[in-house]
Amino acid sequence: MTRFAASMAEHREELVQLDTAIGDGDHGTNMDRGMRKALEKLGAAEQADAGAVLKTVAMALISSVGGAAGPLYGTLLLQMGTALEGKDDVDLETYTAAWRKGVEGVQARGKAEPRDKTMVDALLPALQALERAPDLDSGLQDAASAAERGMLDTIPLIARKGRASYLGERSKDHQDPGATSTYYLCQTAAETLAS
Amino acid sequence: MKKLINTPDDLLRDALQGVEAAHGDRFRVSYDPAYVVRADAPVQGKVGLVSGGGSGHEPMHGGFVGPGMLDAACPGEVFTSPTPDQMQAATQAVDGGAGVLHIVKNYTGDVMNFDMAADLTRADGVEVEAVVTNDDVAVQDSLYTAGRRGVGITVVLEKIAGGAAEDRRSLQDVAELARRVNANGRSMGMALTPCITPASGNPSFELTEDEVEIGIGIHGEPGRFREKIGPASQIAERLMTPIIEDLPFSSGDRVLAFVNGMGGTPLIELYIMYNEVAKIASAHGLTIERNLIGNYITSLEMAGCSITLLKLDDEMVRYWDAPVNTPGLRWGV
Repeated sequence: MTRFAASMAEHREELVQLDTAIGDGDHGTNMDRGMRKALEKLGAAEQADAGAVLKTVAMALISSVGGAAGPLYGTLLLQMGTALEGKDDVDLETYTAAWRKGVEGVQARGKAEPRDKTMVDALLPALQALERAPDLDSGLQDAASAAERGMLDTIPLIARKGRASYLGERSKDHQDPGATSTYYLCQTAAETLAS
Repeated sequence: MKKLINTPDDLLRDALQGVEAAHGDRFRVSYDPAYVVRADAPVQGKVGLVSGGGSGHEPMHGGFVGPGMLDAACPGEVFTSPTPDQMQAATQAVDGGAGVLHIVKNYTGDVMNFDMAADLTRADGVEVEAVVTNDDVAVQDSLYTAGRRGVGITVVLEKIAGGAAEDRRSLQDVAELARRVNANGRSMGMALTPCITPASGNPSFELTEDEVEIGIGIHGEPGRFREKIGPASQIAERLMTPIIEDLPFSSGDRVLAFVNGMGGTPLIELYIMYNEVAKIASAHGLTIERNLIGNYITSLEMAGCSITLLKLDDEMVRYWDAPVNTPGLRWGV
């Protein structure tokens, strides 16, 4: 989570630029603010396990990000946190199950389908990669690569959800900011396990 | 970027402190979570009205808190929805035992955050209803988008629902009236210039010196199309035609006409636009029984305007005329 916060700070301007093209230009700023708040909350109290860490971050995002990204990332991590609660050792099976819960939560909250040009277009390929993986290490690597492909695949799509959907045809040829931050989340997870 | 701010990060807190300094006699201001509530809340036996949304649209919503209109408003960061904890706290602060109505503009973030807040507040035992405004006819394809945006009708709805709540009507009645106002209202906006959000520092879209953008939203979103600027009469026609055709408004209808400035438009230009709107309404046989002209739902420093028409009935007129005492709208007191 510390790494994801650093990643959001590092990519803040890139996300702002992607969001300015087809949204309202605040995705990078909001995610950076939310993750800084989350680190504050994590530092303030002892965390029992990975599930507790994710739930703390989720609540911080829900109460500080706003926009659509707050409830969506909050729901993703809250569902994952609930699934991982009380688990000290996270293996491929539990992580995949938690990710599946998270993705289902995001789809229930945001009602987005694949190819609507949203974060779902990075979340679902990552889930499929986890489901095919032989172990957690390669699973996280494959999930990050799949999320990256999913992110790049949003470029030609016409947005059907969120603020970009108002642009219709004009949302083509732009990479979705939500799918981009989701890729950074997957990339951070892979790097964290590898180190 | 030139703005009267200290730093972008402190903008919301600094603005709320200004509101408290100016209106501390009529508002209570909470900073964490951020919301503004009328000083005498909760009013026992009255339906509480809570709205909220991203900042940058002032005076909406904070400027409409007071007797006869909203009980509380939750400001988010600029153009960013507020969060469920703000809405939950504001809802509890205004619950006078008759239930609370959430007034939500149809944007993905606002709807999701208010949904979460309603879930949380109902779990606390407060009766909550939500009405979602979606009056922007510029969004043509509402099936494959997030749906029509909530724009100008929100101001009119907050006034009319506020009058009904002050009259001690039930939550169900106020919600039903609010939905009827939304269903009979249509709006469309245009921009002469884009706006600059303090966090990004860059214009939300580019327009050349002689172009206008028709069909914009209130967050600097680009519109339906852009064209060379014409006279006010032509711009009024561009906005009024889709509005009138969409409801449709027809000859003999009584209407409220609302000409709204986007933040950077001089009032004299808004009156020129109102004159054109009145001519077009008359040509279609519409009777403008009430009007509102000024900067009420803005988009930072954007120059441009939006037009809202509401097909009126007697109940709407009665509550539109009822006394209101807020920083943004005040009459009858």
